[in-house]
Parts: sequence; structure tokens; C-alpha cells
Amino acid sequence: MSSKDKTWKELGIAAVCYRPSVGFMTGDWKTYMPIRDLEKCTTCLTCVMLCPEDAIRFRPEHGKIEFDLGFCKGCGICANECPTKAITMKLPEDEE
Amino acid sequence: MTTQEWKFTAKDMAIKPDLFTSGHRACAGCAPAAVLRLVMKATRGPTIVTQATGCMEIVGSIYPYTSWNLPWLHTAFENAAANAAGIDAAIKIMQKKGKMSKEHIDIIALAGDGGTLDIGLQALSGAVERGHDFLFVLYDNEGYMNTGIQRSSSTPLGASTTTSPAGSVIPGKLETKKPITEIMLAHGMEYVATATPYYWKDLLTKVRKGLEVEGPAFLHVFAPCPRGWRSEPSKSMEYSKLAVESCIFPIWEAVNGIRQLSTPSKILQLAPQKKKPVKAYLEGQGRFRHLFLPKNSHVIDQIQSLTDARWAKLLKQCETATN
Ligand code: SF4
Ligand code: SF4
Repeated sequence: MSSKDKTWKELGIAAVCYRPSVGFMTGDWKTYMPIRDLEKCTTCLTCVMLCPEDAIRFRPEHGKIEFDLGFCKGCGICANECPTKAITMKLPEDEE
Repeated sequence: MTTQEWKFTAKDMAIKPDLFTSGHRACAGCAPAAVLRLVMKATRGPTIVTQATGCMEIVGSIYPYTSWNLPWLHTAFENAAANAAGIDAAIKIMQKKGKMSKEHIDIIALAGDGGTLDIGLQALSGAVERGHDFLFVLYDNEGYMNTGIQRSSSTPLGASTTTSPAGSVIPGKLETKKPITEIMLAHGMEYVATATPYYWKDLLTKVRKGLEVEGPAFLHVFAPCPRGWRSEPSKSMEYSKLAVESCIFPIWEAVNGIRQLSTPSKILQLAPQKKKPVKAYLEGQGRFRHLFLPKNSHVIDQIQSLTDARWAKLLKQCETATN
């Protein structure tokens, strides 16, 4: 601790987190990424509701879902739960 | 409490902005994180959240970042319910003194199984006994996961954790899960319910009902943890379904002590042949792997008979309710 650091008596009574975590991208955690087959998707929105990351967004303007790969951690829940098996988890290099 | 049933349609809920947002640092496939998202989808207006120490408190508030898009407070492990009580009392007195608008504010206390069944139990019991107006949501991942997977009183029989390690001495945890909902029901609460994220509409409805109660309400949500359960991240929702289908975690609600099974569990009452063996649920979870060794098969039998006995008892409790 440097002499400039505040002592516990001088610190505020609480710490306030001030930066929204949407500025903290978690997308680089993933190994596999979800790829969706548009033909099979029925827009049932199951994946949107069950994704722990809010990384699948429903766009009512065009009635479609979109992945936000900036946050998707590649857990594969969406692929496992999709009733029509429209999502598969793939290595990014396989997609290219 | 009103008798109104809410219709949470997938479309409405999908476009409702999250209050527990992306960028949190829960592990991939974390069901508790999905539970928090869903719980917050069911809010109806101004809401204050207070959280006990635990995985979900940490992942959403790593300084300087916050995943909470609403007023949020954390102080210690043991006192989520005491915080909620304090917030409730503060709002009341400030409104009385005219320092705050009279608009109703919902209070949600969130805690894991450690912060509810173990460390937070006395604060919870006290706040409920005093009748504060808040909804307590327990997300149950059956152990102290972020500190290194230690057992809690919510860890089920036979599960291997770092403090109940399966090996030559013991076949995982020797004790059974503490029946927290029975403890809460014994407080005479107006609303107590259980839910799992797989049946998300049911979960949202129960959150909303809990918020509508003028007084304390308690919601026990089953929340698989891929890290602590040594399970596939992609299977977290599947396990929250299998737990219901095997009657390991039946879902029901009790309004003024009158218990009723929720549809996915009700189906199993009406069609018992659909009930899955506990093996179907235990399989694939690393924490139960040792149970599939021949020398431990008796533990699986024990889990099956315990589950059957609990299910039979629950059916009776629901029966007496309807008669
Ligand atoms: S779960 Fe499958 S079918 Fe439903 S919206 Fe998602 S990708 Fe489409
Ligand atoms: S892989 Fe997991 S994090 Fe990524 S979109 Fe699917 S459910 Fe969400």
C-alpha cells in the first residue's frame, strides 16, 4: 500500500460499480460458436429465453433472431434446447 | 393477492430489455445466470434488488462493472433478507415523511443455497416473521461453487464435492438435502413455490405472483451449475427438466399453505408411467459419477427410494389441499 492510498477510515461507506457490464465483452471466452439454419428455425424463441447471456436477440422488425457473438460464451444451451435442431455448435475455423 | 393469471408470451418477454444484462462473468452454461435474467423479466415496475454474497453476486458486480440495470445492493453473505427488510422499512418511513413518492416499489432478495439454507437462514426467518414486503428468490445450485465446490446443506445425498469427496471412505455426501420449502411453509407464508428455468413461463408467473403478495414470498429455483456438477455446459437446462421429470425436484406452488402441483409435475401425477428413474438425471453429472461403480449402486437405490417417498408425500399434501 502506498502512502497515498486511503485508509479504511477515509474510504466511502460503499463501493459503487458505475460501468454497465455491457461494455465488458465475454464473446472471446468461446471455443464453439452457434450457427443457425434459417430454414429450420420456427422463431419459437426458446433459445432467446434460455440463453444465460442474453446473446440471442429477437428482432421483431424482421421477425428473426440474431446472435450477439460479442457476448455468446459458446455454452451450447441454445443448440441443445432448440426443438427443431436449427442450431449447431461449430469451431469458427470450420465456418470459414 | 389477486387471482389474475399472467400471460408471459415469448414475444413480449424476448423484446423486454434485460435488467440483469450481458457482460456478467458467470461460467458458460450457468443456469443461475439464466434464472436471474428470467426472474428480472417478470418484474412489473420500480424494483430494488438486494443480493447475498455468492456466485451471482460476484459475476454481476466485478468493479467497476455492474450487470444490474436497476438499484442493487449487496452487503454480506448472511443478510440478503435483512437488507430487504431494511429497504422495506426505509421506503415506508420515507413515504410517510413525504420524502419519497407513494409509488409502490417491489423488493427482490436473491441468494444462493449457501446464502439461504445455511448462512442466511436466520435473517430470512426473521424478515418473514416480521412480515416485510419482499420476494426472496433462492437460486439453488446445491453447493458453494465459486469458493471451490464445497458442500452446503442443499447438496443432495451422494454428490461428490471437495468437502464430501467420493472415494474409498465415503460415496459422496452422506446427508440429504435440507427441506427449505417446508421450513418456509412452516412460517405460514402466503406464497411459497418451486420452479426451474427450463419451464420459464411457469417461473416468470411464480415470480410475478410472489411480487403481488403484500408481505413476504419465497421462491425456490433449481439452477444447475456445470462447473460444480461436473456436467456439460450445454446440458444445464436439460438437467433442470430432468430433475422435474424424475421427481427429484417437483414444481408446485402453495398459496396460503394450499399446495398445488404445477403442470409439468401434475402430468407425472396423472401419468405416473412418464416419471423417469433418478438414474436418468444422475447420469452424465460428474458429481454422481462414482455412484455408477458397482460398490456404490446401493446409493442410487437409496436416492430412488428417497425420491419416491418424497414424491408420495407431496402428492398427499396436494391432495389434502384440494379436498
Ligand atoms: S430455439 Fe431454435 S427454432 Fe426456436 S427460435 Fe431458437 S433457433 Fe429458432
Ligand atoms: S451458445 Fe450459449 S451463450 Fe451462446 S448464444 Fe447459445 S445459449 Fe447463448
